[in-house]
Amino acid sequence: MTTGGAAEQFIRVAAETTEAAPSPSIHVGQAMRRKEDPRLITGKGSYVEDINLTGQLWAAWVRSPEAHARIVSIDASAARARKGVHAVYTHEDLDIEASLPMIWVPPEIEVKTPHHPVLAKDEVNHVGDPVALVIGDDRYAVIDAVEDIVVEYDPLEVVVDPEKALEEGSPLVHEQLGTNKVCEWSLGGGDLEAGFAEADVVIERRIVNHRMAGAAIEPRGVLAEFRADRLTVWSSTQVPHFLRLFLSILLGVTEDKVRVIAPEVGGGFGSKLQVYAEEIGCAWASMKLGRPIKWIETRTEGFMVTHHGRDQIDTIRVGAKRDGTLTAWHAKIIADLGAYQMLLTPAIPPSSAFVMCGVYKTPAVQTDIVMVMTNKFGTDAIRGAGRPEATHMIEVTMDQVAHELGMDPLELRRKNFIPPFSNGHETPIGVTYDSGNYGGALDKLLEHIDPADVRREAEALRKRGVYRGIGFSTYTEICGNAPSRVIGPKGFGLQGGGWESATVRVHASGAVTLYTGTSPHGQGHETGFAQIVADRLGIDPAQVDVIHGDTATGPFGLDTYGSRSLSVGGEAAARAATKVAGKARQIVAHQLEAAPEDIELHEGRFSVRGSPDKGMTLPEVAGAAYVPDNLPEGMEPGLDEQSFYDPENFVFPFGAHACVVDVDAETGKVSVVRWVAVDDCGPAINPMLIDGQVHGGITHGIGQALYERIHYDESGQLVTGTFVDYALATAAELPSYETDRTETPSPVNSLRVKGVGEAGTIAASPAVVNAVIDALRPLGVDYINMPLTPMRVWEAIHEANGGVRA
Amino acid sequence: MSKTVPVHLRVNGVEHQLDAEPRLLLVHALRDHLGLTGTHVGCDTSNCGACTVHFNGQPVKSCTVLAVQADGVEVTTIEGMAKDGELHPLQEAFWNDHGLQCGYCTPGMIMAAAGLLERNPNPSEHEVRHALEGNLCRCTGYHNIVKAVLDAAKTKGATVSAQREVSA
Repeated sequence: MTTGGAAEQFIRVAAETTEAAPSPSIHVGQAMRRKEDPRLITGKGSYVEDINLTGQLWAAWVRSPEAHARIVSIDASAARARKGVHAVYTHEDLDIEASLPMIWVPPEIEVKTPHHPVLAKDEVNHVGDPVALVIGDDRYAVIDAVEDIVVEYDPLEVVVDPEKALEEGSPLVHEQLGTNKVCEWSLGGGDLEAGFAEADVVIERRIVNHRMAGAAIEPRGVLAEFRADRLTVWSSTQVPHFLRLFLSILLGVTEDKVRVIAPEVGGGFGSKLQVYAEEIGCAWASMKLGRPIKWIETRTEGFMVTHHGRDQIDTIRVGAKRDGTLTAWHAKIIADLGAYQMLLTPAIPPSSAFVMCGVYKTPAVQTDIVMVMTNKFGTDAIRGAGRPEATHMIEVTMDQVAHELGMDPLELRRKNFIPPFSNGHETPIGVTYDSGNYGGALDKLLEHIDPADVRREAEALRKRGVYRGIGFSTYTEICGNAPSRVIGPKGFGLQGGGWESATVRVHASGAVTLYTGTSPHGQGHETGFAQIVADRLGIDPAQVDVIHGDTATGPFGLDTYGSRSLSVGGEAAARAATKVAGKARQIVAHQLEAAPEDIELHEGRFSVRGSPDKGMTLPEVAGAAYVPDNLPEGMEPGLDEQSFYDPENFVFPFGAHACVVDVDAETGKVSVVRWVAVDDCGPAINPMLIDGQVHGGITHGIGQALYERIHYDESGQLVTGTFVDYALATAAELPSYETDRTETPSPVNSLRVKGVGEAGTIAASPAVVNAVIDALRPLGVDYINMPLTPMRVWEAIHEANGGVRA
Repeated sequence: MSKTVPVHLRVNGVEHQLDAEPRLLLVHALRDHLGLTGTHVGCDTSNCGACTVHFNGQPVKSCTVLAVQADGVEVTTIEGMAKDGELHPLQEAFWNDHGLQCGYCTPGMIMAAAGLLERNPNPSEHEVRHALEGNLCRCTGYHNIVKAVLDAAKTKGATVSAQREVSA
């Protein structure tokens, strides 16, 4: 059963095998240390704030202290009169008619989308909504001027609870839309009714997956310069190509005259996958004033107006037979989108639906989503983007089912695992997984940790008032965004594609530049992509310079998010390099009078098979290509090839994680004391980079489970607006992690790889919650919602004991 | 702009004279006036530690120090850590152990860790983790940062013993 037009359009894609490019793996697979690092460890990286232009002015924003109000008046006269202030702009000064972008237009579903201006017009809808833009001589002067601007507000009724926002008579975030409901969207398959009818037990839980932040340590920043009819924008963004397109559309400068540079970017985690008001506003002001304009976000602004993630209220029902066989899953999701729909806002909750089958062969699975607006800032993609919410629901509920049935949680999982497959497994909801071996990952995990040992330790610790528990999570996820025909306008409804580009340019001297359309912000593309290209050209990765994040260099690209860079962008790089190698073979064959098919890469030379002393190095081939007096008949000169790669399917990494926690029953404090992770993202290009992604991913998930929460009070005030209130885990709270891998090749791309940037986060939060519940079962606690702060845990213990202290 | 006052800064062994507003933060003096952009700003509340520098050899958060307070003080920033083209053992260890991803927190982490190794040349993992709790990282989960600091301590210990042997 499938409902909803967009769901109908979600095409079943068979995982198609792509021919592997034959090249020896010399550098691929090595834990090579990063090419990026020498500049970063010596303070020579160039982040946006490090770049200064002659004549540059600074920008600052007047922001609403009200969650919902009419703007009665704005008095900027004192600010304008200040020395060092060049301009103060309000909405009426802006001549930008188009809304900030949102690119999801699903077929047959109306998505209620409010106009999203760069500066608020007449009304503010969340705390931090920008009301005026101040331009001045330096960063201190503009902040002084902001203080001088007096805005009078007439407060309106506020709604912050998404369930209340759906009720009849609720205050409306946008009166003109007549409702707070954005849309409903569903995806399902199999006979749900029959599934629940044949179940011996049905478990239902309400799971609050609270709002969290990306919290990249580098705040956002913009530097915009309009000079000689050309606009150049440096931005701390994950998506320079998206930004160029929307700067062009909103400001009316053709795309060829707009250049966006994402220089060194200090982390993103989805929060910089956006086209922000500040980027458009600063670029507009630079055009208006003819001066470069710089804005650097404060951390408080970062918590207010850099998009948030998650914020779902999930009601999950699962049916199972007495022997543990799962019969049906039904997830009902209320997704709180906040006040405005940003680039991908309403397209994120459906990502939960795409993985609601988890790693289990359940015959009927249904997800029904209601999206709603409230007077908070917008949600959008944050590390995992929809999949952590789904995995959390599935994996927490699996432990609840196991407890109900009196089964071991791992036995329940094993009973329901989809058996190993290497070339496509079609789930009942129409998503076809590429490859998987879920039992294999769990087996490997249990080589590292024996739950019986943990239980023995728990017994001993309990005498000291410490409750030790162990929790597991076995997951898969959907990434490698994305096959264009699946996600595009006629499919899921995104107004764009999912391909990626690469150009491999061999210079006349033999030096090599790879231009990638992806835009890394810490992942290590300059190293991993160089390893891929080097193997295909018989050279050292040190000889491959990887250029990214500048729209004026390589071809159009689709940037970095959704764990797509390697499986889509890396594959494009591999294909472009393979084309170069192909042309090189033809040139060598012609010059050495051999057949092209007899030319092979051997010890860094294109040589004739069987005669390794007869061959040419890449610099020799480049010389022949650029001094073309002896090329094969009809061959164009040069050695410079491009690939636009559109994948046939997504990729589906998977794994098994175990978390051990100690809970202090006196204080409710939870400590993660051990973490073991086995992840499978196919064959490793650089295992060191994979471990790094997994470590960071796990920490993001632990953070959500234990510490981090974006919290608004009832009046819509953000009460977690600094790192004092929004707790990122520090080194002191965490253990070292134990990581291992299994390697199941993906049939989707020639590298056989899957993404790994979000996997750790997707796996982590349910393992923590399961471990805490496991620890506290002796005290009568059988369920608890995140974040597991000491107070919440203490209260759960207290309530389970009928108000009696443990 | 308010009145400026003369400030004398000695940073990485180089003398600088500037006229600064009394409210100018040391981190902005380093970045905006001296062009030493390796020291970063990641928050407004002295929580993140990205701006950590050495102040007469002690790690401090330079967003919480006024430039005028640094008058006459020996300041060391990340740019001053490599000597004669040789990376500091912590820089080398962060590189070898993949102790950084986006690199934004890295200068502050290295400066904080250098302060620890000065105080305690042979720290335990527990001591490293607690010494770095004033420095936030979103990318690495701290795993490889902690490993790098422990490895640097070993290398540094080895260097010191080698030097002792030579001088003996």
